[in-house]
Amino acid sequence: MAIDVKEIKSVLIKPIVDNNPIALQILGVCSALAVTSKLETALVMCLALTIVTAFSNLLISTIRAQIPSSIRIIVQMTIIASLVIIVDQVLKAYAFETSKQMSVFVGLIITNCIVMGRAEAYAMKNGPVMSFFDGIGNGLGYSVILIIVGTARELLGSGSILGFTILKPIADGGWYQPNGLLLLPPSAFFIIGLIIWALRSWKPEQVEDEK
Amino acid sequence: MEQYISLFVRAVFIENLALAFFLGMCTFLAVSKKVQTALGLGVAVVVVQSITVPVNNLLYTYLLADGALEWAGMPEVDLSFLGLIVYIGVIAAIVQILEMFLDKFVPALYQALGIFLPLITVNCAILGGTLFMVQKEYNFAESVVFGVGGGIGWALAIVLLAGIREKMKYSDVPHGLRGLGITFITVGLMALAFMSFSGVQL
Repeated sequence: MAIDVKEIKSVLIKPIVDNNPIALQILGVCSALAVTSKLETALVMCLALTIVTAFSNLLISTIRAQIPSSIRIIVQMTIIASLVIIVDQVLKAYAFETSKQMSVFVGLIITNCIVMGRAEAYAMKNGPVMSFFDGIGNGLGYSVILIIVGTARELLGSGSILGFTILKPIADGGWYQPNGLLLLPPSAFFIIGLIIWALRSWKPEQVEDEK
Repeated sequence: MEQYISLFVRAVFIENLALAFFLGMCTFLAVSKKVQTALGLGVAVVVVQSITVPVNNLLYTYLLADGALEWAGMPEVDLSFLGLIVYIGVIAAIVQILEMFLDKFVPALYQALGIFLPLITVNCAILGGTLFMVQKEYNFAESVVFGVGGGIGWALAIVLLAGIREKMKYSDVPHGLRGLGITFITVGLMALAFMSFSGVQL
C-alpha cells in the first residue's frame, strides 16, 4: 500500500476551496449557523467535528470490507454516535462552560451530514490512511467557513474577538455602536450567503446551472 | 390545558426548529425547490417527530436518567451518557418500522413520501427535537405536544420556503448568488420575520 504524499495533499486541500462541504456540497449547515455567534464556540465545534470526521472515516474505512451493505447505515451511525459520545464527555469534563453554551449541538454532530456523507462517499471506497486525511480535509473546509462567520459575528456584533475587546462599544465609553443583528440567528444566513457569493464569483465553475 | 397550548404555539412559531435553531438545514435547503415535495417531506417529519420525541421521553425517564433505574432495584445507576446512541437507534428503528407499516397498509402515502422517509433518520430536526426535550426536562404529555408542534413548525417553514423559491425563478438574481446563495439570504429574511413572534407571551 503506497501512500502518495501528493494525493494526501490534494485530499487535504481540495475541500477547503474547490469542494467546500458547506458552500458547495451543502452538508453540515445546521451546526455551522447555530454555534457561530461567538468565535470560541465556533472553534470548539470545528475541533470536535474534525476529530469525529477523521476518526469515523478511519474506523469505517478499516472495517469497510466486513460491513454488509444492507446494514451499513446502522453500522456507520453506531461508530459515529460512539465517537460523538466520547467528544461530548471530554467537553463536559474539561470545558464545561463552553459545552453548556453549545447545548444540543455537540450531540447533533451525529446527524451532521458531513460525517455521514464522507463516510458513505469516501471511506467506504478508499483505504484507511487516505480516508483519515479526507476527514481532516473536510473538517478544515468546514472550519474555514465557521471561523469566518464566527469572527465576523463576534467582531461586528459585540466588538470583541475571543472575549477581548477590539472595537470599544459606546456603552463602555468607546466609539463603536455594536450591530445587534449579528448576534441574532438570521445574520449567519446572510454571512454564509455572502461567502458563497464571493466564492462563486472567484470560481465561476461552482455556479449552479439554470434549469 | 393552557400550558399545553402555549407550549404548542411556542414550538411552532417562536422556537421554530428550522428558523430559530437551524435544525434540519441540509434537507431544508436541498428539498425546497417545489411546494409539492416540500409538503411531502414536511408531513413525514411531523409524523416521525410526533412518535420519536414521546418514545425517547419514556426511555429517558425510565432507563437513562440519573436514578431512573430505581424500579429495577438499581437507584445509583446513571446511564445518561448513553443517551445519544439510544436516541439515534430509536429514530432509525422507528423510521424503518414506519416505512414497513406504510408500505403494507397505506401504500398511497408510502409512494408519496418515497425517498424522504429514510432520509429523515439523518435529519437533525428529529434528533434535535429529542435533545431539546431532554434538556428542557419535559414530562410525557409536554413531550407529545412539543413533538407535534416542533414537527408542524418545521413543515410550515419548508413549505413557505418552497413557495418563495418557486416564485424566485421570475427574478433576476446576480450570477454568483444563484441557487444556494440566494436561498441562504431568503432563509435569513424568513428567520427575521419569524423573530417577530419572539415577543409573544402566552
